[in-house]
Parts: sequence; structure tokens; C-alpha cells
Amino acid sequence: MAVYKLRTPISEEEVRRLKVGDVLYVSGTMVTARDAAHRRALELARKGEKLPVDLEGAVLYHCGPVVRKVGERWEVVAAGPTTSTRMEMFEADFIRAFGVRVVVGKGGMGAKTTEACREFGAVYAAFTGGCGALAAKAMKRVVRVEWLDLGIPEALWVLEVEDFGPLVVAIDTHGNNLYEEVKRAVEDKKAKIYERLGIS
Amino acid sequence: MSIKVVEETAYKLLKLAVTVLPRDVRTALEEAYRTETSDIGRAQLEAILEDVRLAEEQSRPICQDTGTIIFYAKLGADFPARKGIYEALVRATRKATKEVPLRPNAVDPLAERNTGDNTGRYIPYVHWELFDGDYLELTAFPKGGGSENTCRLGMLSPGLGLRGLKKFVLDTVIEAGGKPCPPIIVGVAVGGGSDMAMELAKKALLRPLDQPNPVPELARLEEELLSAINETGIGPMGLGGRWTALRVHIDYACRHPASYPVAVATQCWAARRAAARIYADGSVEFLTHEVG
Repeated sequence: MAVYKLRTPISEEEVRRLKVGDVLYVSGTMVTARDAAHRRALELARKGEKLPVDLEGAVLYHCGPVVRKVGERWEVVAAGPTTSTRMEMFEADFIRAFGVRVVVGKGGMGAKTTEACREFGAVYAAFTGGCGALAAKAMKRVVRVEWLDLGIPEALWVLEVEDFGPLVVAIDTHGNNLYEEVKRAVEDKKAKIYERLGIS
Repeated sequence: MSIKVVEETAYKLLKLAVTVLPRDVRTALEEAYRTETSDIGRAQLEAILEDVRLAEEQSRPICQDTGTIIFYAKLGADFPARKGIYEALVRATRKATKEVPLRPNAVDPLAERNTGDNTGRYIPYVHWELFDGDYLELTAFPKGGGSENTCRLGMLSPGLGLRGLKKFVLDTVIEAGGKPCPPIIVGVAVGGGSDMAMELAKKALLRPLDQPNPVPELARLEEELLSAINETGIGPMGLGGRWTALRVHIDYACRHPASYPVAVATQCWAARRAAARIYADGSVEFLTHEVG
């Protein structure tokens, strides 16, 4: 379990060094996107149009933050991760189209994303679910917000972060998926637990 | 006594609920942190305890998903301010959304539009209970979406009895994996009908974690299920480890002879509940938090 600190723009080479179980802290530009933002971004990509923010080498964050406006300035109040599986249907295409290197969320992602991480050079890293106040501490500034018409939680929040973490690398570029490993271990134990409960 | 007291208390409860985790939940998380065997699991619990500390210190939400706004209200028949309680709760919700702030989490599913202030059709939702007395007991219990999505209701076969219940609970927790933000609290109810089972399973989550089940048979079943769930090794955040659940809480109601409803309500580690009693003279006693 090695500890890495990365700064955006993150190179393919840097993420290919990481392995599941490694701990990661990221600094630089992080952009939030949930379901609706993923859908819109991919529609734009299909039409050959550009996104309002460059995601090459950036960190993508599955998050719908609590924010408040102080004068003309936005401030992040709490911003832990949302459940990533909802983005599984979009993520492989998203990684390919926009070149993000680190996807941060919670709960893990599936086979398509794992394959895209291997092919295009990206990792999925877990931030502890529920830790909204802890996450906000590392967010130094709201650079800007795009697509606010989708609603506050669904908008693209462009954030400047400093040592955002600890993140646990849960999908690496070598085809490993920590959640799948845990799931397989749970399946292996199931028969024994059933037996003990008298339900086999 | 003015209805304003109800509104102010409800606002305070929402703020307390989302910013200060009740002591019993914190103690259970600290115990988990001390005894977690997986390094990754321990790191998750460490982050959680640090988050809880920061949220309280800075009076900001523990989690950005400040939940669907739900109240439990026990209304005494002789409570003097019975008129306009729901409207007071709506005003408190709007104020909390703006000032705490809370994330706007009420989406109209027909218009597919976020109402923007956490109120709308049936929201905030209130579980009413009438009793013979003169006070109003209010509990704010906002529920996050991640752990709500893994709640399950099973209309099981009565022939299976408790064996069916045990399997359903275990399978539900395994299927949920890391999605409901473990270590979770598992509320379970058997009996009643489909609606009653779900209601009781959720209400079981309100029981403080340091309070044993008063029914010895259920207390034993809770222990048995808790140890089975933690044997799975799903662990904090589904990343592997000893602590998948902090507690299992079970309640029951009589069932129809042909039905065996079992409800499982999964609650993330951020079990944000805050309760207070408003007495007939307008004085307020906070039950879950120390309020200076």
C-alpha cells in the first residue's frame, strides 16, 4: 500500500504506476459530474462540440455538493462522493472522449469502466462516502460552475483542490478491481455463513 | 404558546441532525475504528471520525447528501399548539435549506424538476403518532439516497419462518455491498403488511445504538444477524474489513396468516437523528443532543 501525491494535469505514465490498494492524494483541477452532466457531455462529444472545461489529465469527481453563494463567490460547504454505479453506463465513453486520468467516487464501478481504465490509462479511486466536511476542507476554491441549469447537485463544479484524499485506488490500469475482489471473497464465504444461520 | 416554538425547534433539529452525529453513533464508530482489522477499512473509519469532528466544529453538514426531510411527530392530545404544525415544519425545512445550508433534494418526478427548497408534494414527510399527553415530541431523521436505494421489502413465504427472514436480511446486505456507505445500521421488521413492515424497519433505526432490544428473543436474533453480516467481510465502504454493520435493530408486528413481510432498512453510518420535546409551557428539551 504505497502513498502517492499527484497534481493535474496527470499523465498516463503516472496513473499506470498505481495499483489497487494504493493511497492517493490529488491536487489541482477537479471537476464534478453526476448522471445528467455525463449524459450532456457525451451528447456534446457525439456532436463534435467542445466541453466548457478541459478534462485532459484532470480529476473527475462523482459528487453533488452543498454550496453557498457569498456575494458573487461560490463556496463549497460539504462535498463527499455519490454512488458511482449510476455513472457506469457513461464512464467508459467519458474516459475515452475526454482523457480524465482519475475518477473519484464511492461504491465502485463495473467491468466496462475497469476495461476503459486499462485501455486508456485511468484509475478509479474511492473517497470515503459521507465525508462531506472532510472533502470540503481540501477544496480551496470554486474556479467556476457550468451547466447550473441542471440543478446545483448536477452541475459541473470546477474546483481547485489541495491534497484531496485519502483516496483508495480501487480500479487500476492493470484490470484489477478491488470491489470485485471483495465481492468474490464475500461469495466464497456465503455458504459457510448460511450454514451457521441454519438457512442452507 | 406560539406555533413559532415548533418552527424554531424543527429548524434546530434539522441543523443538529445534519451537523452533529448523536453520541451513541459516534461511540459505535470509535469502537469500530479501534477494532477494525483491515488497513483500508481503518483508513475509512479514520476519515469518518475526522469528518464528524470537522462537521461539528465548523457547524457544516457531515455529508453533502443531507437527505430527504423526514420527521417523526408524537403529538399529545392536550398539546396547546396543534394548529399549523405541518406548515411550521415546512417553513423550518425551507429555512434550514437556505441557512444551514441543506442540499435541495426534492425532485418532482413528473416534471423532473428539483423544487429547490426541499419541500413539495408530501415532502417534508411526517410520521404522525397521537398519544394521551400534553407535549409534542419531534424527531428529525433526514435519509440519504445511497442507503435508501438499498432498502428492500420481501413478501416471503410463511412456511420458511425466521429462516426466510435471516436469508433475506443477509442477502440484502450482501447485494448492497459498499453502496449504502457501511458500516451501516440495519433496521429489520417482520409482520404487519408491506407498509407496516417498512415503517417499522425504519423506525427501528431510531433506537439509540447503546440501547438493547427489550425483547430478549429479538436481542439474540440481532446479535446473530450482526455477527453473520460482519462475517461477510464487506467492510467499511465495501473495501473489505471487519465492520460492515454497527448494529441490527429488529421490530415486529402480527402478520396475516398468508403473509410474511420482511423489510430491511439500510442506514449509512451517518445516522443523523435529532429529537426534542416541546412542552405545554413552551419549554424545549433536546433528547439526542446537548444544546447549550
